[in-house]
Amino acid sequence: MLKISARHLEKTTILDISGDIDLASSPELRKVLLRELRELRTPRVVLNLNEVRYTDSSGVASLVEGLKASRDVGSRLVLFGLSSAVREVLQLSKLLRIFEIADSEEQAVAP
Amino acid sequence: MSQGSLLLKMELRSNPETLCVVRNTLAELAQTLGFPEAECRAIVLAVDEALTNIIRHAYQGRTEQPIEATFRRIQVARDGRQQSALEIVLEDRGRTVDREKLCGRKLEDVRPGGLGLHFIRESMDTVEFRRKWGRNQVRMVKVLHAPETEKGS
Repeated sequence: MLKISARHLEKTTILDISGDIDLASSPELRKVLLRELRELRTPRVVLNLNEVRYTDSSGVASLVEGLKASRDVGSRLVLFGLSSAVREVLQLSKLLRIFEIADSEEQAVAP
Repeated sequence: MSQGSLLLKMELRSNPETLCVVRNTLAELAQTLGFPEAECRAIVLAVDEALTNIIRHAYQGRTEQPIEATFRRIQVARDGRQQSALEIVLEDRGRTVDREKLCGRKLEDVRPGGLGLHFIRESMDTVEFRRKWGRNQVRMVKVLHAPETEKGS
């Protein structure tokens, strides 16, 4: 089961995500991400993936969609806390380089 | 019918909620067989993506449709010698899927979707699709690379 909770800082929302991202759960991630970017126009959305132990191609697709939305509205989408499994899947998709990836939460929210 | 020793057989339904159960079971199985951690993750990813394709494309999102998953330990000829491998066969009774549509984009094209089949092919040593007796079948094999000194089984 995927859990997503939000923390709000000034001009930044951190989404703490835990669980597996797959066909069953990726629609929820997509919905939350697109709401934050397209509807709320949050200037910076940070995804904390520390507690995500698995993602499939539908999870990658949700992240790509979020990235495109962030570009459309002039926001930033930053990821941090990638596990080996998540990093491997992004590498396999050859999409790792297109994302802004921080080493830590401090770096992700730094001005 | 494949030869080899049957390890596990699962009769599944095309419900996305069951994917995590399959992943957890398969991760245990691959680990027990001696696959390294990264290869366990690759096997799990391939099977998860193959099941996702069945649910989304063969059954077009309909739940409660049958999927049969069979896991066998087989021997394959590789580099001039016999090596142990994990064979996974998934069968469904859905419509035939045009695989061109499953792999409908180049990797350089940054957009959502079209990655599942790429993940399957990259993760496994052999991937074969066929339609037989009204069923779709995907067969995947991952070779277990033997350590320097062979362990007794």
